[in-house]
Amino acid sequence: MGFSNTIYNSIFKRTSTMALAIVASAFFFERTFDLATETFFDKYNEGKLWKHIKDKYE
Amino acid sequence: MAATVGRICGVGLLKPSNLTTISQKSSYSTAKDWTWGKKALLGSLGLVAGGTGAILFALDQSVKASDLELHPPKNIWSHTGLFSAFDHASIRRGYEVYKQVCAACHSMRFIAYRNLVGVSHTELEAKAEAEEQMVEDGPDDQGNMFKRPGKLSDYFPSPYPNEEAARAANNGAYPPDLSYIVSARHGGEDYIFALLTGYCDAPAGVVLREGQYYNPYFPGGAISMAQALYNEVIEYQDGTPPTASQIAKDVSTFLKWTAEPEHDDRKKMLIKAIGIFTFLIATCYYIKKLKFSSLKTRKIEFRPKE
Ligand code: HEC
Repeated sequence: MGFSNTIYNSIFKRTSTMALAIVASAFFFERTFDLATETFFDKYNEGKLWKHIKDKYE
Repeated sequence: MAATVGRICGVGLLKPSNLTTISQKSSYSTAKDWTWGKKALLGSLGLVAGGTGAILFALDQSVKASDLELHPPKNIWSHTGLFSAFDHASIRRGYEVYKQVCAACHSMRFIAYRNLVGVSHTELEAKAEAEEQMVEDGPDDQGNMFKRPGKLSDYFPSPYPNEEAARAANNGAYPPDLSYIVSARHGGEDYIFALLTGYCDAPAGVVLREGQYYNPYFPGGAISMAQALYNEVIEYQDGTPPTASQIAKDVSTFLKWTAEPEHDDRKKMLIKAIGIFTFLIATCYYIKKLKFSSLKTRKIEFRPKE
């Protein structure tokens, strides 16, 4: 019971900490999610995007 | 009605195994106390709307064999596919083709030099491209218009000052603005490619007027644009062999980009949408199961007083 109790008491019990937790986790989730999809997109389109060919022209 | 359903599906359908859920559901229905007239009216409205949709769909799907027009074959482009981005090297070559061939007759009024930055050209290159054009600006403090070299914010120059001048120079045919041409034609970039590479001799019996050429992909067959692309009609900066089909493919890709500049972002968005909705659907499914577990395992008993 230890871990979930600690989480409940320190975060989920009070609205203030709960809201803060939502904002903070949304921030980290969005960053990692964007990074993951973008990496996939760049790998999938390797060599076709402008960022892959631009060093030829700079 | 019940008898028919029973005959077709067996009695199983008519005997719900979970009576409590069914009776709870029926008390949510809002159509229960509608009059017969209202139900009939809404029912027929639904039928008419659905039927119209089905007819429109069927008409669109039907074989269009009424006219002598060749439909372009579907090609596999480098950007064909759910997640496939544009080939930006091809967009860059396509811009060279547009500038050196098509721009002699076709305007592209909705594309500015700044749009090239980060897509096919660096900022310095796009500036240099813009500065090659002289653009009318003004008025100055004397009230006169003057010419200045182009800036990044300038739109591509038009070959003719207005439609009348364009028609006068092209036997009365108007070379359309190419900015959104891919979205404006059935078949999109496949059509552009087929049109540019599809010129041939007119078959016997087809009469072409002065200044017309035969192209089976053009509706009607008689087009006022002469064949523009031949092998080695231009030379590519990056050394790609300039065969006619290569040039046509590059300019079609370029025109696809000008018509749908948001194309790459859209496909990236699709990946994100698939990811986030998979997550959300899984969560919704779990929550639904959780919330319904208490409802579905509940037992309601009726004990009449003896
Ligand atoms: C010599 C001038 C000229 C050049 C160069 C030229 N075009 Fe055209 N183009 C025309 C004219 C004129 C029409 C109108 C034809 C008609 O309506 O019969 C036209 C029509 C078109 C159309 C519309 C066809 C339709 O379905 O209505 C497209 C697409 C097109 N041109 C693409 C191009 C591309 C791409 C290039 C460059 C590779 C190019 N053109 C070069 C004169 C030109």
